[in-house]
Order: sequence, then structure tokens, then C-alpha cells
Amino acid sequence: MQIESRLAQIGSREDPVTGAVSYPIYQATAFRHPRLGQSTGFDYSRTKSPTRAVLEAAAADLESGDAGFACSSGMAALTTIFALFSHGDHLIVSLDLYGGTYRLLEQVLSRYGISASYVDTNDLDGLESHCTDRTKAVLIETPTNPLMMVTDLEKVSAWAKRRRLLTIVDNTLLTPFLQRPLELGADIVIHSATKYLGGHNDVLAGLIVTKGEELSRKIGVLHNSLGAVLGPQDSWLLMRGMKTLALRMERHEANAQRIAEWLYEHPAVEDVYYPGLPHHPGYEIQKRQSSGNTGIFSFRMKDARTVEPILRHLKLISFAESLGGVESLLTYPAVQTHADIPEEIRRKVGVDDRLLRFSVGIEHVDDLIADLGGAIAAALQEIGEG
Amino acid sequence: MERSESRFATKLIHFGREIDETTGASSVPIFQASTFHHFDLDEPPVHDYSRSGNPTREALETYIALLEGGARGFAFASGMAAISTAFLLLSAGDHVIVTEDVYGGTYRLLTTVLNRLQIESTFVDMTDFDRVQAALKPNTKAVFMETPSNPTLKITDIGRVAAWAKEHDLLTMLDNTFMTPYRQRPIELGVDLVVHSATKFLGGHSDVLAGLIVTKDESLGRRVKQLQNGLGAVLSAQESWLLIRGMKTLGVRMEASERGAAMLAEWLKAHPGIERVYYPGLADHPGRDIQAKQSSGFGAVVSFDVGSGERARRLLGRVKLPLVAVSLGAVESILSYPAMMSHAAMPREVRHARGITDGLVRYSVGLEDPDDLIRDLAQALDGD
Repeated sequence: MQIESRLAQIGSREDPVTGAVSYPIYQATAFRHPRLGQSTGFDYSRTKSPTRAVLEAAAADLESGDAGFACSSGMAALTTIFALFSHGDHLIVSLDLYGGTYRLLEQVLSRYGISASYVDTNDLDGLESHCTDRTKAVLIETPTNPLMMVTDLEKVSAWAKRRRLLTIVDNTLLTPFLQRPLELGADIVIHSATKYLGGHNDVLAGLIVTKGEELSRKIGVLHNSLGAVLGPQDSWLLMRGMKTLALRMERHEANAQRIAEWLYEHPAVEDVYYPGLPHHPGYEIQKRQSSGNTGIFSFRMKDARTVEPILRHLKLISFAESLGGVESLLTYPAVQTHADIPEEIRRKVGVDDRLLRFSVGIEHVDDLIADLGGAIAAALQEIGEG
Repeated sequence: MERSESRFATKLIHFGREIDETTGASSVPIFQASTFHHFDLDEPPVHDYSRSGNPTREALETYIALLEGGARGFAFASGMAAISTAFLLLSAGDHVIVTEDVYGGTYRLLTTVLNRLQIESTFVDMTDFDRVQAALKPNTKAVFMETPSNPTLKITDIGRVAAWAKEHDLLTMLDNTFMTPYRQRPIELGVDLVVHSATKFLGGHSDVLAGLIVTKDESLGRRVKQLQNGLGAVLSAQESWLLIRGMKTLGVRMEASERGAAMLAEWLKAHPGIERVYYPGLADHPGRDIQAKQSSGFGAVVSFDVGSGERARRLLGRVKLPLVAVSLGAVESILSYPAMMSHAAMPREVRHARGITDGLVRYSVGLEDPDDLIRDLAQALDGD
């Protein structure tokens, strides 16, 4: 069955009692045992909850994995996976990565003797040179956030397999609708489901999907032991959001492509980072391994002085963190999402004070262009360049 | 300062965030939003992203901090998420002294996850202060208490251990799930950090999975805040709201459940088919005096030993009123079998050494009429 159909039908056949097409919200923590030693399959909601279980099965199915796990946030999903590792272990991580992941590695895991190297994951020689006896996994974001660098998943997964490393892919920006890393050789996929999967800027959630029985069992134990699980209300809201994922992604992509092309021609803009533009270095890889492009991109203004007035003059587009919602959001990575990454590393990957990230919503594209165009014009006027 | 019961009861209803400032609504709104608009680049909003801060969750966090008499409160996706976060205040090479018959999930966390991160733990019978002292090592950084313990309801002298820990610069943490701040406020006794499985008495309705942390001071609070945001095991807005709703009736629920538990314990004590009853309110309970000194009640959980696994199974099959389930601390009574439920994660020999025998059952007394609960237990036991 096509993914659009599977998305629309999440949970629709799961309630055998009433036939409810929308799966019930089981707001229960404990489950009665029919007899001692017998269980309905549910004992305690941290371990397994009916509403969460339907979501988890859907996530596993959509990502072509063996098991799914829903967590209280994207960072909770990542924390749960990192608990696979022990003192002395080493990880290889995408150079241009989400600030929260960097903070978790450098401020928390470093205290437990778990170290990380930040590498361009598209460079096999670079990967090879950072790989040691203690290296246990490679964590890839593709495309990266915010500079949209693309990693060849098949190539890197194959390399990781030869080196007996786990390949973990953050698939937040593309979702299984556009890219399925497990089919390309990855072992674990994670999501900040707060973004496109939820899609409405209203649910904080994380998902893990694993391949293989042993790995699925291990993550299951950690998910239960650490306890950073997703509640039933949010599990239900997330499934509700996922039912329209296909439609939303198509519109996000179409809008983003059109606005990226428009900005690329804009005289006040230095560059646009979007794998849907033919000049983007990841254009070909992206086309091969994914069925489309995400709805966010970054662009660099020529003059840093325009940034503040642009944000101030926007009327339709919100100035807020996060991405992947139906509403358009503009983010200033250097002060918002990536503030925790030291300036030196930020500059190295290109997150500077002229860079803006646009999470393009599903509003009418002409309204978005008019709003951003108007704000850029007003900003240029203010700094005396208009 | 000792707070009188009536003043605490008032705090449960009037905690400072009970009325929405914008609309006057009599209940905190559920802010089902992940992100917040910045009206001005130079003046960021108080909340920017819900993992870092959400207004509904913040109301709950303020509420629990007030009730526990601490500086800062934090809400998590589960009790274990709160406990995991608290233990990650420690670093590789650190050693922690832990109550011997600690909750099975905490035991599993320490012995299967935190050990791999080189956090070392020693489990100690904390009713014996000499053993606590003897467990001190050069790298000891913290003490984690659970009192009354689960399920054998052993009592630790909180003030004594906390004072000793302070002398040795140790962080003191305490799982206050069984007593709740209505009955026991560890921070007032010198503890630095309190954790809760709020799924239990605080929520009280077997419907919310949640954990809480309260810190005594701001500086520890800042460290927990960083970890809460960094690890991301936060409680959602919906569950935060439900938990606040449950906590408003904490006082009346605890009183009623406790009254029932005391009656049940006395009745079981007199029953010839029961080998042993564990309830801190019983006159012969070894921890009774300490409990009476440090808490304003004895709680609503009674454990008892029916002598064998066989008899326990029969009892669990025959009771009609309590749910046979894991968990506790709800409006409905819950009967659990620790050996196969809450403490299944513990190896059999470790379990037995801690008094969690095959005949031990744990009764969490709910809000049913105690006479009905006793009648039900009588018919279930008399069948033998």
C-alpha cells in the first residue's frame, strides 16, 4: 500500500470494541491483570500504553523498521538512544548539527566518558580518520539544520556496517514520506516529531524506529527504564497530525522551492541553502535518496544590519523557534537554535549573524513572498540601502 | 517553619497560578503549543520552546515547589524520567548510597544503565545508621533515600541521614512518592532534592504518568533545569493540567486513604492467616516513632505476607474490589504482587534478601469504604 494511504489510515482499524475510526485516548496508567501472571499485554503505561502503542506501530511501519518508540520530546528520543553507549565509547556526529544534540554531547555525555567527533559525514576519508576502536556509532542529520548539507546515506551506512558501527539518522526534516533511511542501510531513525510529523506546532514529541530484533529489544528496555515516554493525549494528537503528512509535505515543498528560487534571485540575498536548487552541492544525492525536498531552507543576507528590521517588519511569518508547522516561522539560528554551539564552530559551518532559517508553512505562497519581500524592502530602507 | 495542616490544605487550592491572568479562567489553560512567537528580537518571550518552558507545565512546577517548600520545581514524563534526570547530576566516577529496598525501576536504572556510565552505587538498609556511615567512600557524592521504602515500608531517619550527608558534602535526594508533601516535607528536614512518581498519590487517579523534582535551592535548581531541557524528558501540557487537577484533592484523598489503610492494617494484624503486616502506623513497627516524628501521617500503603506464593496467588485471584495491577496511590484500591510486578526487575536472591518474599503483597488503599475493603479481603482469605 502507498504511504499516503497508510498515513491517512493510522489507527483506523485498531479499536475492535467500538470500531472508532480515531483510536481512543487511553488516559490510564495501570491495567488490571485478569489473573496473577496473566496480562492483557498492558501493565503500566510507562512500559506500554495502548494509544502510544498504535502510534509506535505506525512509526515503525512508515519508516520500514521493526519497532517504534515514542518519547516526550525529540531530545528525549536522542537521550534514550545515547543510553545504549557506555563509558569510553566514541561517536561520530554530523558537523552541522542541531544545537540541542551538541549540548547533550558536550555538557552531559562528556561527563560519562562518552566522546564525540564532529565530522562532515559525506567525507569517507574524514569518517575513516576519526574512527577508532572505541567508535560505536555514526549519527547523521541529513539534510542538516540549518545549512542543509546532504549526506549520502547508502554510502555512509555501508561504510559504518564494514566498521561495525551503528548508523543513526535524524530524519526530522524529510519524514518517512520523503526519505526512509532504514531502507538505505541505517539501523536507527530518530525524529523530533514536534516538527513535520506533528506538523501543527502543538505537540512536543520524539520518535525512535529501530531495525533488527536485538537492537529493538535493547531500546525497548532503555525506553522503559529511563521513562521519557510520550503521554496518551500527545500520542493521539501526533497521529492526528500524521494523517495529513503527505498533503502538508507536498505543499511545504512546493512553497519552499518557489520561495528559495525567488530569494536566490533577490539582490539583498547572498546565498540560499536548499537542496532543491540545482547549484546546491547535495542536489544530486538528495534527488537519488529522497522523493522530494523538505519545507525549510536557510538564506544568508548580504548585510547583517538587515536581519533585525526584517524580523520586525514581518506581518504574516512568525519569528519563533521550531520548524515544520503549518504556520511559517523565521528563525535566527545564531541567537536561537544554535546559541549553545561555540561561535568558532558555528562560523566554521556557516551559522553566522547574516543567516536566517525559513520554515515555510502551507499558507499561500504569494502571501509569504509578499510578506518577506516587504520586510526585506523595509529593512533595506532603514539601513539606507533601499 | 512548621506549617499547620489547614494552611497546607489552603495551599493545595490557592497556589498562585490557579486563576488565568488573561481571562480570569478558574483553571490554568492548557497551552498545547510547542513554540512561541517572539514579538521583539531583543526582548525574547518568557517561553520560547515548550521543552525549555511551557506555561501550563510551569504552573505545575511552581505548585509542587510551593507544596514541598523548595525553591524550584520540575515536571517530567514519568517518575523514572525524574529519577533518571536527578541521577545525571552525578558524573562518571561518582558513588551514591541508596536505600536497599528501593523501587525496582530505580534499582534497574542504577544497575543496568548508570553503572555503564561509571556511576557506582551501594544499596544499604538505611534503618541502620551505622550501615549508612559504613558505606561512605572517598568518591561518595550522594545519598538517595526512599522512605517509607517500597514495598516493605522501612523508615529512614531523614533528618539524621541528611545532617550526616551535609557533614560529608553529599547531595541528598529523597523519593517522597509514598508520603507526598501533605504528610512529609523532606526539604524542611535538610534534604536537597525531592523526587516523585506523581503518577501515584499526587495525580491520584491512575490516569497520569508523571514525575516531579523539587530542589531546595536555586543553584541546584539551575542544574536540574539544564538537564531537564537538555535531556528533554519533560511532561506535556495536557498531563501537567491533569496532574494539577489531581493535586487539588490531595489532602482529602490522603486523609481518607490513610484512615482506610490504618483500619486494614489493624485487621490484618489480627488475622491468623497473615504472617506479617508492614505498616508504619502499627504500634510494633520498628520505624513508627521516627515516622511519627518526621511525617504527619503513616501513608496509605500496607504490605503483608500471606506465607507463600501459592496463597498470594489465590488471594489475588479472589479479591473483588481492588484492581490487581501495578502502581499505587489512586482513588481505586490496587493490590500488587511485588515479586512479579514492581520488583520483577530485581534478581530473586536480591529480592528475598530485601524481604520481598513470594508471599508478600502490597495493598494501596483507595477511597472505597474501608469496611467494604475489609469484607472483601476476608472473603478472599477465608477461602483458604
